[in-house]
Amino acid sequence: MTRTITIDPVTRIEGHARITLQLDGRGHLADARFQVLEVRGFEQFCVGRPFTEMAGLTSRICGICPVSHQLAAARAGDKLLAVQPPEAAQLLRRLLNLAQILQSHALSFFYLSSPDWLLGWSSDPARRNIFGLMAADPELARGGIGLRQFGQQVIERLGGRRIHQAWAVPGGVRTPLAPETRDWILAQLPQARATMARVLDGYKRLLDGPLRHEQRSFGSFASLFMALVGPDGCWETLDGALRLVDSRAQVVASALSADDYDRFLGEVLEDWSVLKFPYYRPLGYPKGLYRVGPLARLNVCTAIGTPWADAELADFRGRGGTPASGGRIVTAAFAYHQARLVEIVACLEGIEALLQDPRILDRRVRAHASLNALEAVGVGEAPRGTLFHHYRVDDNGLLTAVNLIIATGQNNLAMNRTVAQIARACLPWPLPASAAIPEALLNRVEAGIRCYDPCLSCSTHAAGAMPLHIELRDASGALLCETVRD
Amino acid sequence: MTALTLTIDGELLAVPPGTTLLQACRQEGVALPTLCHLDGLQPVGACRLCLVEVEGAGRLMAACLGLVAEGMVVRTDTPQLRAFRRLTVEMLFAEGNHVCAVCVANGACELQDVAVAVGMDHVDLTYQWPQRPVDASHPRFAIDHNRCILCTRCVRACDELERAHVWDVAWRGSHCRIIAGLDQPWGSVEACTSCGQCVDACPTGALFDKQETCGERQPRPQRARLHRGGLP
Repeated sequence: MTRTITIDPVTRIEGHARITLQLDGRGHLADARFQVLEVRGFEQFCVGRPFTEMAGLTSRICGICPVSHQLAAARAGDKLLAVQPPEAAQLLRRLLNLAQILQSHALSFFYLSSPDWLLGWSSDPARRNIFGLMAADPELARGGIGLRQFGQQVIERLGGRRIHQAWAVPGGVRTPLAPETRDWILAQLPQARATMARVLDGYKRLLDGPLRHEQRSFGSFASLFMALVGPDGCWETLDGALRLVDSRAQVVASALSADDYDRFLGEVLEDWSVLKFPYYRPLGYPKGLYRVGPLARLNVCTAIGTPWADAELADFRGRGGTPASGGRIVTAAFAYHQARLVEIVACLEGIEALLQDPRILDRRVRAHASLNALEAVGVGEAPRGTLFHHYRVDDNGLLTAVNLIIATGQNNLAMNRTVAQIARACLPWPLPASAAIPEALLNRVEAGIRCYDPCLSCSTHAAGAMPLHIELRDASGALLCETVRD
Repeated sequence: MTALTLTIDGELLAVPPGTTLLQACRQEGVALPTLCHLDGLQPVGACRLCLVEVEGAGRLMAACLGLVAEGMVVRTDTPQLRAFRRLTVEMLFAEGNHVCAVCVANGACELQDVAVAVGMDHVDLTYQWPQRPVDASHPRFAIDHNRCILCTRCVRACDELERAHVWDVAWRGSHCRIIAGLDQPWGSVEACTSCGQCVDACPTGALFDKQETCGERQPRPQRARLHRGGLP
């Protein structure tokens, strides 16, 4: 008899989803699925709205990474106006994005994921959270909360509020940077650096000890990695071109323009999840699995470009780099966590460098123009990976089509594969039909998803008639009826 | 007669003949909520927010239209009036699509201010979620019918101040809406001088400058200067 094991809901992620493990008659894993159950629908209801609203509208998609959507929308708006934002505006947008990546990574690492390994995989689930962390390691919890607070305060001081601001607009940003704000941010950096030094030191000790196995094997498989890189191949979060590398460190494609994303990225809808499955088109579906986000950005870039972050990047590659890639590419999904810490360091150094550039105080921060193009793609690196906003507008600037390709969606194939791999590795196969599975083992499967820090509220906007498959089963699992919509 | 005397909420005051009840209330320092009223434009009594009780009248009166008469006894703040005002504002919100969070006028919206003033913290009525278009055919401005409360301030500003009469009111009931020209795209109406006075007059974000993004509208005095080329 077949058996289904369901983890519902998956906790400590942003959004609602469940994991389904389908067993065959002999108790072996037949299929593993990460099923996303909520629909947001922004692609549909934004149609008919003025494109100038999109930065404010799409920032409402998410309370964690509103800045990413705001920036992608503003950048698409730049192209519709056919303007280049003033230099200060470009620097300020970059500053905003670094603050956003910093605070989101701090949230993922300290609040959502670290309780698993700091409190123990098998610790009481009721305490396996940020409050449990506060009780067990108050200094670390305080440091993590402080880092997130710093990122949020930078966002607030730039745009007037911590979440759902609409400061970045087509053509630039709304207000210039005041010297007092620059000085305030600079004054906070030493404490943030000190916190990160402590956190990195502690986390590396864990990687050398209790997490040695997870760092190497958790969700480790060959795949493509995609991210933006600068002209010199360096780590990039806003401008630059797209590059894909494979697990052997071979550059599969480079200098790709986001404007042509449809040429190299395809999207598939499955009937059991509302989250789309993007894939690298030349390899087809599902072979064209690729990963985005902190792990991908560190795998794709040649260097970060700041001293401390580059040293941490070398450590990251030294620990997890696969022999097949000459130690250059890290394939284990668990390494997403260390990658986030490396990126927080990169953000701190990047913020400091930007604020020391006198051009950032220039008062000219917005270019004005009327509509000059009817189609545009805005792109940026969100904390979770590359984010695309693709708009088509009519002659009056009202949207006629919207496509949002979200980082979490791009990691969808990888998340499903990670769940299957961890389930195979962690659960005692074959499973007897009636055997209870320890919660700690199921938590490891769940933690495989948390590596990717998925944001499902951001990523479920499929428009039109979505394929749907509804099954009605009785208590014994027998199929009573089903409805399929293609 | 050089002055008329009346009582507003128990306070006796004298006003010149021809004074409206709204003017008398303001003179007395009574803040009556209004949306369709704009000083300098003919009053129409469309929004019904300035209703007051006049002893012996037998019905509620719109203060913006009613003229003061000798010996009037007026009450502006009774449980019935408070309930009516709140219900009126609730109906405005339920009838249109007012999404403050992404509106150009968020923070500088008279409808928002009135909702706060009457204590409308939620809407009991069923939202209608009408399907309404945005007309962005004008080179500088746009009208979002989702946010229109049919106060007709734009119609009167265009007609009485600019003398262009681009705007009018068409259809009836829930289909009633503001139209440009003979129900044409705004950008195709040759009578429009692009003066922007309709945009200045709009109490919500229904009429807006296409350069403005979410929450970017300036409060009224600054906005009026904006469209007069920065002149005071």
